[in-house]
Amino acid sequence: MQHVAVNPWVALAYLVSGVCFILALRGLSSPTTSQRGNRLGMIGMAIAVVTTLATHVPLRNLASPLGNPHDLRIDWLTLVELLAAIAIGAVIGLTVARRIAMTAMPQLVAAFHSLVGLAAVLVGIAAYLNPVAFGIADLVTPMIGQPFAVIHPASRVEMALGVAIGAITFSGSVIAFLKLNGTMGGKPILLPQRHLVNLATLAAIVALIAYFTQDQSPFVFWAIVGLSFSIGFLLIIPIGGADMPVVVSMLNSYSGWAAAAMGFTLGNTAMIVTGALVGSSGAILSYIMCRAMNRSFLSVIAGGFGAVAGGDAGPAIDRPWKRGSAEDAAFLMREAEQVVIVPGYGMAVAQAQHVLREMADRLKEAGVRVKYAIHPVAGRMPGHMNVLLAEANVPYDDVFELDDINSEFSQTDVAFVIGANDVTNPAAKTDRTSPIYGMPVLDVERAKTVLFIKRSMGGVGYAGVDNELFYRDNTMMLLADAKKMVEEIVKALG
Amino acid sequence: MDFVAILSIFVLACFVGYYVVWSVTPALHTPLMAVTNAISSVIIVGALIAAAASGSPGSKWLGLLGVVLASVNIFGGFAVTARMLAMYKKKERSAGAAKH
Repeated sequence: MQHVAVNPWVALAYLVSGVCFILALRGLSSPTTSQRGNRLGMIGMAIAVVTTLATHVPLRNLASPLGNPHDLRIDWLTLVELLAAIAIGAVIGLTVARRIAMTAMPQLVAAFHSLVGLAAVLVGIAAYLNPVAFGIADLVTPMIGQPFAVIHPASRVEMALGVAIGAITFSGSVIAFLKLNGTMGGKPILLPQRHLVNLATLAAIVALIAYFTQDQSPFVFWAIVGLSFSIGFLLIIPIGGADMPVVVSMLNSYSGWAAAAMGFTLGNTAMIVTGALVGSSGAILSYIMCRAMNRSFLSVIAGGFGAVAGGDAGPAIDRPWKRGSAEDAAFLMREAEQVVIVPGYGMAVAQAQHVLREMADRLKEAGVRVKYAIHPVAGRMPGHMNVLLAEANVPYDDVFELDDINSEFSQTDVAFVIGANDVTNPAAKTDRTSPIYGMPVLDVERAKTVLFIKRSMGGVGYAGVDNELFYRDNTMMLLADAKKMVEEIVKALG
Repeated sequence: MDFVAILSIFVLACFVGYYVVWSVTPALHTPLMAVTNAISSVIIVGALIAAAASGSPGSKWLGLLGVVLASVNIFGGFAVTARMLAMYKKKERSAGAAKH
């Protein structure tokens, strides 16, 4: 039990680190305090790491394995290995963070989640293999044979939970990464009997964890690990691309719960506080995303959305619509008093954010008021559009959330929809049969004119429904690649 | 620490998390995910303990690998958050905005 921290200063240090993490999140309440918050987060992490290194200095016994426990020396080799491991991680992490494109942020976050999950699994396995070092077991010396470690039943539950949640986080995040990265198609993959298989697997994991408290033999432990990895894959595979904001938030939450479970195992305040913070953060973000789509969390997790509806959308009825040119768009916007830009995932795909800001600058020079309206589920992760606009140097006080801007569309001359579709569909308000009925949408159709950039008239949005908006009298379709169209508008604005 | 004490900390921290996260402005939800990712790598504490402990070589190497993974996340997560946060700018008043 020599590794259990009993020193109150150590417990206090972990507490300080936990408080730093709380303040780090608190800082994000406004862009002005956010950078200070981030620095506090780094300080908190440094305190946690240094405290652990100081209290768990690797030691080795020079005399003999059973010698005097006070005759311990610092094991410099292991210490160097530890620092080298941190350094390797630092180099990889910093390189990736510096090089990653802002449009690739959802993939990056998913990849990072998978690392937390895998780290939790590794820690759990290490704790299982060497429970005495973690202070979670009693050594029992039988009459005959080697002494063996009996892990405390409570620790077994915490450990098994940590490993299971970590494994689900890992495999789920890998799938989310592949889908967001385009390596794997965004369409839901529906396996036969998937609900049954998933429920059975989950039930088996719960049962095994219960059994693990009675029997700590390896096969139970490894079965939990194996089943948890597979349920992570199975759960995320049937979920479509545009539901990824919910999935990424959910996995964010899981990575927190995994850390918390490990914190219980180690009795570590910093880990428990962090786990609770991250767990609730992810849960709240998932809730916000679900609410913004008017769908229950369960329906998102059950998956398959967009797979069926996309198929039977069938040939759209030939309805009249208006097509405009870049020159028309430029003319309309230059004459406008207020233009509201509605960006969506298509803007990110086309990398159109920089040229879009250029267009906004030209309009501002011409005396037009330009605002941006962001739907909570625009893009592939919460806040995705805000980051892209910030990257393009759009001031954040020009960017508005759905609730703050929706009443303004009726006083807007031009609504400029670029790369968004379902979030502007008025059918969500009127058509009870529509799959997106009840979803809060941006009231773009109230603007005098709607300019809608779309690649072609053929495709439908993620929900697989035709957009009512295209056929309105006040809508003008700009059919082209988003970036190319905006470039032409900029040229036409002169 | 006994279980009830730890559980109390956990439950209270969940409430703190709930209120703190609701106060985060939606514009910063992406940095929020990146920074929560970085701080959840505090799991490195467990990996360090495993890697520093003697007695089980398997446990030690798993711990070291865990340290590398968590460290990627810590440095990558905080750095990418800092990079994003540095991009959020307020509107420049008159002078800068007028000319292009």
